[in-house]
This record gives sequence, C-alpha cells and structure tokens, in this order.
Amino acid sequence: MSGKTVTRAQLGEAVYQEVGLSRNESADLLESVLSYMADTLAQGETVKISSFGSFSIRQKGQRIGRNPKTGEEVPILPRKVLVFRPSQVLKSRINTGNTSSGE
Amino acid sequence: MTKSELIARLAAANPHLYQRDIERIVTTIFDEITDALANGDRVELRGFGAFSVKQRGARVGRNPRTGDAVEVSEKFIPYFKTGKQLRDKLNS
Repeated sequence: MSGKTVTRAQLGEAVYQEVGLSRNESADLLESVLSYMADTLAQGETVKISSFGSFSIRQKGQRIGRNPKTGEEVPILPRKVLVFRPSQVLKSRINTGNTSSGE
Repeated sequence: MTKSELIARLAAANPHLYQRDIERIVTTIFDEITDALANGDRVELRGFGAFSVKQRGARVGRNPRTGDAVEVSEKFIPYFKTGKQLRDKLNS
C-alpha cells in the first residue's frame, strides 16, 4: 500500500481530464454529487451506486455509555448512523489490487 | 436514490450539459475512488467522509456444515468513515 490520500482536488482533476469542462465546473459537479448524496441520506433514503456500493442509514437506540476518563455513566442518545456496504465488484477490485507484501 | 437517479438529478440541474457527459462524470468519480482504494490509498472527502482499506489477516475458519478447519487467506476490505459534517446533518 502506498498510503497516499486522494482528496477532492484529485477527483476534480480526474473529472476535468475526462470531460471537456473547466476545472471550476468539474469541481462544482463533484460537489453537487456529494451534496445530492448527503441530502438523500439526511432524508433517511438509501443511496445505491451500482458496482460501487450502497450507503444506508441505520437508527441506533439509546444506550448507557461511560466516560472513559472518569468512569462516569452517560446516556448515549438515539441517533442515526451511516453504513456503507461495498459491492462485490469493489471488494474484488480491492483484493486483487492489494497485497500485504507490496508496500 | 440509484446511480441513474443521481445522474438524472444532475442533468435536470445542469441543462447546458449533455446527459452522456454527466454519466461520464459520475462514473469517473466512483472509478477514481475505486482505483485509489485498489492501490491501497485513502480517499478523504472533508465533510462527507473517508474511504480506506482495512486488512483482515489470514485465519483458520471453519466450515459451518462439517466443522472442518479451513485456511482463510488474508483479505482487504473497503471501509467508509462518515465525516463530521455529514454525521451532524443526519441527526439535525
């Protein structure tokens, strides 16, 4: 694993290289994709991207947690969490691409 | 929302673009993330979340039907951690 981090900048650049739009517009479209996904999820709706994976919302109930420093009991309120389930295609791409020996 | 619905929404908001280009844009984004993960890289999208690869070591598993021990080789799985902003948005 090379351990690099890819950010918006590189994704925006890839979009720019792929389609003949300006860098600005490419970055804006990437941002739109992310915000449409976020808005959909915030409404509790699942986002399914074929051959990539699906993002869905899971409701968590209230439970008692503990402040690890003080040992004090604190209630953890019911909340919504996002779960990502990778598709088979993504999983197998990642397994063929990575090996523990290849640093 | 599916990928095609996402494309349709983007197309409606950007009538000056060809639908075919929007399809390529959306595909490119997810392909780039996939390629990065396949290289062992992380993808960090501030406010949205971060994709990374986690390694699961080789272990001895069991065939649940026969109880036979089977060698399970190491594998790599994609992992997504929700960004702070998105986490807050889900609960607002």
